[in-house]
Amino acid sequence: MKDNKKMELAHWASKYAKENGANEVSVSVYDSKQSDVEIREQKIDKIQESIESGLSIKLYVNGRYSTHSTNRLNKPELERFIKEAILATNYLAEDKYRSLPDRELCYNGEEKDLKLSDSTYDAVDPREKIEAAMKVEAETIGMDDRIITVSGSYGDGSSRGYMVMSNGVEGFNESTSFYVSAGASINGGDSRPSAGHYMATRFWDQLNPEGVGKIAVERALQKIGAKKIKSGKMDMLIENRSVGRVFSSLLQPLYGYNLQQKRSFMEGKIGQKVASDVLTIVDNPFIESGRNSRLFDRDGLASKEMTVIENGILKTYYIGNYYGKKLEMQPTTGSPSNLIFEKGSKDLNGLTREMKEGILVTGFNGGNSNPATGDFSVGVEGFYVKNGEVIHPISGMNITGNHKEIWNQLVAVGNDPLTDRSWQTPSMLFEGVDFSGL
Amino acid sequence: MTANKIKENPNLKHVFMNNEVSRREFIRTGSVSLAGMAILPSFLSFGCNRLTDQSGLGEYLEHFGVTREMLQKVMAEALSRGGDYCDLYFEHTLSNNVALMDNEVNRAGSNIDYGVGVRVLKGDQTGYAFSEEVSLEAMLKVAKTAASIANESKDFPSINLNEKTHPDYYKFKTAWEDVSIKQKIPYLQKLNDKIFALDEKVDKVQVYLNDESSYVLFANSEGILSFDYRPMFSLTASCVMIDGDKKEDFYSARSMRVGFEYLTDELLDEIANEAVKGAKRQFLAGKPKAGEMPVVLAAGSSGILLHEAIGHAFEADFNRKETSIFSDKMGKKIGKDFVTIVDDGTNPNIRGSVNIDDEGIDTQKTNLVTDGVLTSYIHDRISAKHYGVDPTGNGRRESFRYAPLPRMRNTYMENGPHTKEEIIASVKEGVFVDSFTNGEVKIGAGDFTFYVKSGYLIENGKLTQPIKDINLIGNGPESLAEIEMVANDFKMDCSTWTCGKSGQGVPVSLGLPTIKVSKLTVGGVNA
Repeated sequence: MKDNKKMELAHWASKYAKENGANEVSVSVYDSKQSDVEIREQKIDKIQESIESGLSIKLYVNGRYSTHSTNRLNKPELERFIKEAILATNYLAEDKYRSLPDRELCYNGEEKDLKLSDSTYDAVDPREKIEAAMKVEAETIGMDDRIITVSGSYGDGSSRGYMVMSNGVEGFNESTSFYVSAGASINGGDSRPSAGHYMATRFWDQLNPEGVGKIAVERALQKIGAKKIKSGKMDMLIENRSVGRVFSSLLQPLYGYNLQQKRSFMEGKIGQKVASDVLTIVDNPFIESGRNSRLFDRDGLASKEMTVIENGILKTYYIGNYYGKKLEMQPTTGSPSNLIFEKGSKDLNGLTREMKEGILVTGFNGGNSNPATGDFSVGVEGFYVKNGEVIHPISGMNITGNHKEIWNQLVAVGNDPLTDRSWQTPSMLFEGVDFSGL
Repeated sequence: MTANKIKENPNLKHVFMNNEVSRREFIRTGSVSLAGMAILPSFLSFGCNRLTDQSGLGEYLEHFGVTREMLQKVMAEALSRGGDYCDLYFEHTLSNNVALMDNEVNRAGSNIDYGVGVRVLKGDQTGYAFSEEVSLEAMLKVAKTAASIANESKDFPSINLNEKTHPDYYKFKTAWEDVSIKQKIPYLQKLNDKIFALDEKVDKVQVYLNDESSYVLFANSEGILSFDYRPMFSLTASCVMIDGDKKEDFYSARSMRVGFEYLTDELLDEIANEAVKGAKRQFLAGKPKAGEMPVVLAAGSSGILLHEAIGHAFEADFNRKETSIFSDKMGKKIGKDFVTIVDDGTNPNIRGSVNIDDEGIDTQKTNLVTDGVLTSYIHDRISAKHYGVDPTGNGRRESFRYAPLPRMRNTYMENGPHTKEEIIASVKEGVFVDSFTNGEVKIGAGDFTFYVKSGYLIENGKLTQPIKDINLIGNGPESLAEIEMVANDFKMDCSTWTCGKSGQGVPVSLGLPTIKVSKLTVGGVNA
């Protein structure tokens, strides 16, 4: 529910800044609550609660630009803070690309219930929260003698944001989230493998701790005896929950900042093939209860559904207000909302059976990617697969290559998108990937 | 769950990820009057004098608007349910950022963060809550929440608070709060111009200058009352060079607990040269062959090996829960005789140094591995009590929003008996690595990685072809045992390392003499 005082504060700050020398202003005020509890051995290990609020302001002063934030919200302090910030902004160089976005591209205030907020948030009994975390661990007790420890956690958060721009744009958003998670650590002889699992929802009554602890323990047990195999070019099947780690490196060069700063290997690639035919991705900000659903973005731009990649052909970049002006491109949005992938026909097991020899990747370790060149190298763990059969767990290996090439080696996507994440990635099968091992 | 990561150069990373800075990352600008003098709105408006590095306890109490009696009342509430221990952590942090892009110093930012965290311990259980409002009423409310970790009714004897003093490891001349944005801008411009002047292939340059002043007041139920002023400075330059249809980038950065006097023309020259030299080398770089091979780590930032391979796994919260691969190795020989590794909070002006940790314990130089033997874990109060040892001053937190955890400070290896030249000459086929961006470790399995931005192949004892963008992976205990040579050229790295654990980032540093590890798995290509 909207707190009118916070909205008034945002309006006041915008007006005050304009009266004191800013030509244009964008103000965001937020408040949030959080609670977390972690259980071990059916005892509370840690419990934490918090309430926060703050204000951030973007100032456009005589063609110059700066951004400021504070969690001190009383007006006399804010007045001083805003005045000083405006004065300091005057020392910067002019930047002709700094101005609020065109009014017609901005959110028009039309309300639409994206089902992101649970009105019962404050009514949830704290004892039930502890109970949920207890349940996560409880179901793992006695599962296996090799368990060293399992932690069960519960967490929730509620946040509200109020945005006021001096061009008349105004927006409000609120969301809640609830999660349970488990972390399991297993005695595997020389090694103590661990694994985690979680479930997250927007609504309290959808949260179900059942199975979360068990899955974490099972995943950790499967890692016992992991070893490195010899280096070579092989197939790579990435499990749906891990795809995001590699996929994020394909997104980075699509951002306006990287394009404008010549840090992108995707420059000039709109309308061109950047991946194999099986990759089609839609950015949909309007999914009900979606993890990243929104009516407007941080620039105040109205959200739109858009196709990012269609049958491997790049359709759009992520361009926010500022870099849009600098690049002389129509802004889209500065960052992804929910990403929906076109599904394939097989699940993870089906895709595994298609592999002649390769590695099923279930987790990553470190690594990085260079958006300017596409070079990447990342640590992997998972399972060695031969003739469609999982043979043994592997760890301590790297994959290395270039994003300009690897997405063209994508041969299949799964029918198993992760519907409770913002990037709803399915499992993905690549061929001819360079693995480093022994 | 045990994603323990380190990364360099947070500026660039944040921009990559968010396009615009988000709330937590953006930073407060130098507040400047028309005359160009710094004035400090947030302090003035509290109706008291501004705190400085010279301020005493009385001024800190006044600044946060608290008295000893109030602290005693809040602690009594915190322990009213039978907790064994409690602490109050007050923090006021002012951060500024000014940046250059496309040849102009055209963006700046600032952030003010203020609040108090209340922690209650019952055995190894923790209750934590914080408030952004520092009034008696607000503090009593959060104390009550934190108190609920215990559940009995108990009267705690009144706490007699006594000031605890500590050494000062971050001496400086000019505090960043006394420096206006007007004074900073020319340095960014000069650095930009120097980079462009060094090579005509330079196409894009970005420069970021961040500074932070943090004021901390601490009180606990053992009667300790202390305060600390924590400065932080960082300067980062990145450049993109274009040659025909090839594009390469590189960056260089410094981050230390220093004042304005550290910012000199010599420093700008160093950073400019590193960035341009680095980017130029990338044009010549290729990928090594995939697989296991000897790795020579250059002196300095290669200390990332220690941070990932053993540092995190030595953090005693993991060991107390027996989830670390080093849980059963205390007192055991885990490396060669010449391997001595320390975690040190006392290095003057280094980024990971702390005068006093975030739970009121003196910082120290802690020997983790002494002559190859595991001699200490990295402790906070909870783990030190669990193991029955003295705390090591490693209890650190990102801010008042978080409970402290065992965290590293400056982690490095002492000099050994070899020389850099002998080490390189001893490798027939391997790699030499000297620049890194990030790393990660799986605590239980012991598998650690670190990402190499640049290096060279070693062929027949000589550095040959440059290499770039490869991940190295090894196993903590194995790699520690496989450190075969250690040179006498120790170097502390002074870049912008931030260590992440359980959602909290803390500044750290690292260092190393040149060393050889007999084998690591090197990311690369297959014939």
